This record gives sequence, structure tokens and C-alpha cells, in this order.
Amino acid sequence: MLELGFAFAALRLSAPLGFAALGELVAQRSGVLNIGIEGMMLTGAFAAFAAGAATGSAPLACAAAVAAGTAMAGVFGAFAIGRRADPIVCGTGLNLLALGGTGTAQRLLYAPGEPLPSAPQIAWPVWVALLALGALGVGLFLAYSRPGLRLRAAGERAEAAHAQGIDVRRVRWSATLFGGACAGLGGACLTLWISDTFVENMTAGRGFIALALVLFGAFRAWRILAGAALFGAASALQFRLQAAGVEIPYNLLLMTPYVLTLAVLALFAGRVRPPGDLARPFEG
Amino acid sequence: MRAWIEPLLAIGLALLLAGGLLLGLGADPLAALAALARGAFGSAYALESTLTRAVPLCLVGLAVALAFRAGVWNIGGEGQICVGALVAAALGTRALVGGPAAAQVSLVLLAGAAAGALWAGIAAWLRVSRGVSEVLSTILLNFIALLGVAFAVHGPLQEAAGAYPQSDALGAAARLPRLAGLERLHAAAPLALLLPGLAWLLLFRSAAGLRLRAVGLAPEAARYAGVSPPREVVRVLLISGGIAGLAGAVEIAGVTARLFEGLSGGLGFTAIAVALLARLHPLAVIPAALFFASLATGSGALQRAAHVPKVLVQVIEALVIFLSVGFALRRGGR
Repeated sequence: MLELGFAFAALRLSAPLGFAALGELVAQRSGVLNIGIEGMMLTGAFAAFAAGAATGSAPLACAAAVAAGTAMAGVFGAFAIGRRADPIVCGTGLNLLALGGTGTAQRLLYAPGEPLPSAPQIAWPVWVALLALGALGVGLFLAYSRPGLRLRAAGERAEAAHAQGIDVRRVRWSATLFGGACAGLGGACLTLWISDTFVENMTAGRGFIALALVLFGAFRAWRILAGAALFGAASALQFRLQAAGVEIPYNLLLMTPYVLTLAVLALFAGRVRPPGDLARPFEG
Repeated sequence: MRAWIEPLLAIGLALLLAGGLLLGLGADPLAALAALARGAFGSAYALESTLTRAVPLCLVGLAVALAFRAGVWNIGGEGQICVGALVAAALGTRALVGGPAAAQVSLVLLAGAAAGALWAGIAAWLRVSRGVSEVLSTILLNFIALLGVAFAVHGPLQEAAGAYPQSDALGAAARLPRLAGLERLHAAAPLALLLPGLAWLLLFRSAAGLRLRAVGLAPEAARYAGVSPPREVVRVLLISGGIAGLAGAVEIAGVTARLFEGLSGGLGFTAIAVALLARLHPLAVIPAALFFASLATGSGALQRAAHVPKVLVQVIEALVIFLSVGFALRRGGR
């Protein structure tokens, strides 16, 4: 029973990472490095919560999260693709925008001091099915479909892809928006599954772990999913240790996923080859 | 002339958009703006608070500007501030107590700077010899440093009274004195004018600065000209981290006297907005820091008087970031 509980906890903690990382995988494969995942997730979490609490409908809440994540990706795209601004700067701006925007909206929309309403919940099998289908779909799309091939070409050698008649900017725009939708869905996991309410900055760095997972998973969908599961298990273990009364200070336990990520990157990042034109704005 | 107009336009537009957001959420944007201005400049004390807040913003903004100039994405200001503050507090409340008074403050500040440099040095090492992008590593190091501060104030550095998760106050000898006749502004404040000046000399009047800018503009060309990009990356990260760490130590020794969670309060991210608004120019960092400092000190009054949440300030910061890069691009490149 305990083991089942552990597996379930690991699953819950890995799903948001999995969704967000799969979306970022598609964006990065097209040559777009969006480090604003954290912000898109947070906006998705808030949109799901607000829409869910207002309508009581879980599907609507989910749709709101996807729309919010996509809209945030649109802001990023408008500057990073449309105006060829530096993606790192745009991603950082996106994270700040989400943190301030959701915080402001939460406090103005819900009276301070009163308990927040709760959002409807979506049962775990739905999430698991969505995630599994998503990973399978993204993996097959990238590896075997023609549009997937074009997308990779845009990320690998944008000039060459352009010469082949591929509309690089259009491809990158689509991939960016898809990444935003996935991050929004990952955020929805937080308010429609893991908890039923919204807390300021509740993503708490998950977006950055998802960012690291893309590299950790060597730009392959199934490896990224495995990485997400590993991180989910590590986080679940951390809570388990705490509950078991192991004498490790709480804050040091919270540190483990970040230290682990850094250590893994230090060991393996050098061996992974990112898409050739990643984070290079296309001038054409 | 244009160099001034565009940042001002960015600020104006950002405030306008934030006002639109408030309107959409049912708050009064004009009352909010008035409260913000009153909170930032409404009294001598408010003005002094704004200047005091501008000091770390100026320092960390400069740290970010230098790194970005070299094409090094140091997103880790927040973490570097934290380790600087952590080491400053550890020295000032524990290690140095009872030591020679004259040396204490300077040791606290120097150690903070060294700690920030070392922290950024991890990212430099990871990038140069392990191939890990500094974007990712500095972000992850932020989380580790923030949790390190949390651990310290709940554990080894917690005050003797044990009531709150904060450190003891620094001994009097480890604190920065106030500037003559002032209530808040401390003796390290002039650094916020001095360091940007030095950075300007370094960047635009020295060979080292030329190398640094060359690596940022065209790493391949720089390599052919005999500049080693990895060496410049390490150098600029150490300098950048050192300045941010110094800012953390200055906050402890000059403002809070104690270490607590949330001490940096997003300063490292605001600093990115400062650097971009200043278009990465070391001297322009000073007025840019003053603008964001006035938002920060005004935000308290914003929340109290106009019932607009403080975090709106982050929205304005984000808008300034986007608008700054938007304008920079119209001109063609940064």
C-alpha cells in the first residue's frame, strides 16, 4: 500500500514536468529556446483555477489553461520571433510578467482574508492518458512525420530549411505556441489535480526543471518522460523521508532536485548536441 | 537624444499598460499612480528610502549589464546576492565578533563579494569545462542559494533568541555607518556611483573592456583576433557575481543588519530590467536603478492607500523588459 502511495505521489509530481518539458522539446527542436516555461505554467495554473472556480467545469478550466499558456507563448513569440529579440531576455520577462500578473489578478479578483474558492478536479487517469498520448504523439511527430522533419530542419539549419522552401518563422511560431499550450496544461495539473487552489508562485521552479529535462532527455520525447518520472520520484522520496522523520533539514531536502539537476547536467550536458540553430533568431 | 527618449517611452508605455491592467481588474489607475509617487518621493524619509533601495539595484544592474555585454547570460544575480548576504551575516554575527573593529566592515563586504564571485564561478566552470549553458546553471544556482539562506536562518545562523527565522543582528563594528546627517542612507551608497564609473572606464577605455565587448558582439571574430572567449566568460562572470555578492553584503551591513528569507526579494530579476532599461550602459544603470527603486519603495503605499497589490511592480518590470528590447530592435541590434 505504501509503495502504491509512493508511486502515485511520484506520478503526480512528474506529470506537470512532463507536459511542460514535452512542449519545450517541440519549441527547442524548431530552434526556439523559451526559458519562460515557468511563467507559462504559472499563468496556466491560475487560468485553470480562476475558470474552474467560476464555471465549475473541469474541461473549461483545462481549456482556459491551454489558452493562457498559448497566449503567454504568443507574447514571447511576438518579441523573440517577430522582432528577433534575444530569447533569454524575453523568457526572463515572461516569467516576471506571469509572477506579477497572476499575483495582481489573484489579489484583485478574490477578496483578501477570505478563503479562495476551490477548482474542480480532473481524475488522475485522464492526466496519465493525456501525458502518455502526448509523449507518443510528440515522439512520432518529430521522428516520422513530414511536418516534424520540417520543424527539425528549421531548428537545425534555418538557412538551409529556408532554401528548401520551409517557412522557418511560421514553423517556429507554431512550435512556440504548442510549447505554451503544453506548459499551460502542466500548470493546470497543479490546480486541477495536485491541489484545488492557487497559491502565488505555486510552480516553484518546476518550469526550470522542465527546461533542464529537455537537455537531460537529450531532446528525445521518451527520455524526457523518463527524466520527468525520475524527478517526480526524487521529489516524492523527499516528502516520504520528511514524513518518516528522517533528520534532514527541510530546506536541504528542497534543494535536492536543483542540486541533482545541476550535477546531472555537469556530467552529461557536454555529450548532448542541441539543435544547431537553437536560440538563433532567423533573419529571413 | 534618442538614447534618452526610447527608455522614457518604454517607461511611459509600461505604466500605461499596467494602468490598463488595473482598469481591467476594477482598480483606479490614477489613484494608484499618485500613491506610488507619494510612497517613493512624498517625504524626506521616502526619498531617502528610494535612494537606499537604488544602491543594490544599481550594483546588481551593473553586474547584469557587464555580463550581458559580453554575451554571458547571468540570470543568477538573485543567488549571488543571497550568498553574498549569507557570508556577510555569518562573518558579522559569528566569525568576526570580537575582532578588530576597524577591519570588520571591510572584511564583511569583501567576503560577500568573494562569495558572489565564487557562486558565479560555479556557473563559469560549468560552462567552460562541462558545456552547461550559464542560463540554466545560474537559474538553478538561484534556487540553491535561496534555500541555503532558508536553511541558515532556520539552523546554524538562527538568532540566539530562537524566536524568528532570522540571524542575530550584526555587531556594531560590522555595520556600515550612516552618511552624515541621514537616517537610512549608508556609507557604501557612494559605491553605486563609483562602480558604474569604473565599469565605464573598464569597458570603453581599456583593452580588457574591448576584449569583453568583442566577445559579446562577435565571439568568432574575437577568437581570430586572439581573444579567448572562455577566459572572458570566466572573467566577466567572476566580476559580475562579485558585484552582486557585494550588493548582498551591503544590504546586510548597511540596511537590514540581519539575514532572513526573502532578503533579496527578486532584486536579482529587477536588476535585469534595470540593465536592459539602461541598454547595458554602465552609467545609465544609475538613473534606471532610481526608477525601479522608486517603484519598489512606492509599492508599499500603493498597497496601503490604493489597495493595489505590490506585485504589480513586477508586471511593470516585465513590461519595461519587453518594451526595452522592442525599441532596441527597431534601431537594429543591441
